[in-house]
Amino acid sequence: MSDIIFGLVSIVIGIAASYGLYWLLNFLLSMLPERISRKASWLAFLTPAAVLVLLVLIVPLLQTVVWSFMDDRVKAWVGFKNYVDLFTDKRFLGILLNNFLWVLVVPAITVAIGTAVATLTNQVGPTRERVFKSLIFMPMAISFVAAATIWSYFYSYVPPGRPEVGLLNSLVRWIGFDAQPWLTMDQGRLNSFLLMAVVVWLQVGYSMVVISAAIKNVPEETIEAAQLDGASAWQVFAGVVLPQVWGTVMSVFVTVLILVMKVFDIVLSMTRGNFTTSVLAFEWYKQFFENSNIGPASAVVTVLVLLIGPLMYLQIKTVQQQEALR
Amino acid sequence: MIKVMHLLRRMNLGSTIMLIILVMLWSTPTVGLLITSLRPRSVAEISPWWEALLNPIGTVWTLDAYRNSLEGGMLSSLINTIAVTVPATILPLMIAANAAYAFTFLKFKGKELFFSTLVALMVIPVQSSLIPVLRGMVWAQRTFDIQLTGTYVSAWLVHSAFAMPLAIYTLRNFMMTLPNSLIEAAKVDGASYYQIFWRLVLPMSAPAIASFAIFQFLWVWNDYLIAFIFVGEQKSVMTYQLLRLLGQYGEGWQDVAAGSFISLIVPLIVFFSLQRFIVRGLLAGSVKG
Repeated sequence: MSDIIFGLVSIVIGIAASYGLYWLLNFLLSMLPERISRKASWLAFLTPAAVLVLLVLIVPLLQTVVWSFMDDRVKAWVGFKNYVDLFTDKRFLGILLNNFLWVLVVPAITVAIGTAVATLTNQVGPTRERVFKSLIFMPMAISFVAAATIWSYFYSYVPPGRPEVGLLNSLVRWIGFDAQPWLTMDQGRLNSFLLMAVVVWLQVGYSMVVISAAIKNVPEETIEAAQLDGASAWQVFAGVVLPQVWGTVMSVFVTVLILVMKVFDIVLSMTRGNFTTSVLAFEWYKQFFENSNIGPASAVVTVLVLLIGPLMYLQIKTVQQQEALR
Repeated sequence: MIKVMHLLRRMNLGSTIMLIILVMLWSTPTVGLLITSLRPRSVAEISPWWEALLNPIGTVWTLDAYRNSLEGGMLSSLINTIAVTVPATILPLMIAANAAYAFTFLKFKGKELFFSTLVALMVIPVQSSLIPVLRGMVWAQRTFDIQLTGTYVSAWLVHSAFAMPLAIYTLRNFMMTLPNSLIEAAKVDGASYYQIFWRLVLPMSAPAIASFAIFQFLWVWNDYLIAFIFVGEQKSVMTYQLLRLLGQYGEGWQDVAAGSFISLIVPLIVFFSLQRFIVRGLLAGSVKG
């Protein structure tokens, strides 16, 4: 009970305080002479956001880059040692390979399934469309941790002799093979692919919704014209619809790509990075929280930022294009 | 013509069947865990969940796992999650709406540069700044005796900051569609920028604010990392509690399963009741990475 009251009081105080902050800033400005206060009024609106971004995003980001050249306890400079250590460590190269596989597999499959579902739901009438879309979209509301519990159960393995409860192993047995401890099997990175399936499951809904809206915007005449010329359903899709929604498909691809680069929770909850499933964001977590190695952890995350850098360029270009269209 | 109609109908049926298969594939893992959460442990350990689905009347159903899991900490975690999530949704929106207002309607030097910086920050992973922020909070505690780590406040601040780039960007895009003439008219009438913001721009931006609020709510509710680092065990949120339960599934899947569904109730209610707005928000480009 006291927890609830404490929670409620914190919420009210937190919100009241921030409203008071804006009121105070504007009040202070209004004390200034009219001419100055008109010119400087942007400060009252922008300062809290700017301070927050500066203190929690920009300065710490630079600090991380600096720390990546320091030792475990950030007491002494070590030059490029952390980076040299990382790139001469076979395990870290395996982690990079994992990130590469995630990036290669997940965005492409997510976009492909999303496009397929968007196309299919477009053909079945409004009621069925709504029901199917809701069900595919639903995982969007689920946390990575809850998704991990759902899928761990799906992949679950019980030692031989006890009754099977996992669906995957039951199916495997049903077609005549032995049950396998799936999440521990890293041959050909099998377990990493099983983790990727979970993220695809979570993200397809998003890709479907956005691509579906683009498909609905395709002018009806262009499709009818192609149909009159005798094009098959596939030809209409590949030759008429797809080129017109390609821009949207690519932007969804980039969004999922950025998400996948940072994938972390799924790996933590399902394998704890064991059995060669670790990725960069998880390695950062492990270096810092399990080993308290600040320098190396900072180096890992700096590598991640550098790899995301080119995507940042893509993002800025997309925004500039949108601005130009205004 | 009849041939065409026939062809269309057939295509329709084919699409429906494919979609049904896909939807079954998509829902099966969730249904499996849901059924398991409703069965007594002794039964669920020897008979797989689909047996209960095939014979729903002959099966024993129970809410024991839900009671266990609530009493085992899920209930207080629920309260902690709400206390983290509600302000971490409202605060960033308020701060971002103010900033977006400045970016849209006020003139100042360096506007372009500030804005490009924000856009660039949208893709930066949260991990890149968490360690210095955590150390900074510990330092503030030693130097000024302000307790931040282990409290809700630290999570509000960090969530607010990370929401900033996307929130400002989305809200500014919306505010740019508001009629400038209205704001000019209010200025002529002698309204201050502060009054214009609270009385005119903020109410008119309600649709964009609502759709971003839904995303921010789901994002914070489902977050593990920031809650783990900044709130931690003291006021453990549901994702934290759930991960702890998952580590003990050797003792039976029931509690994990029940815990998962308890953590899902609120997001699913939000999702199904506000789905229209979620879709609208997604299409406006407000996607959280």
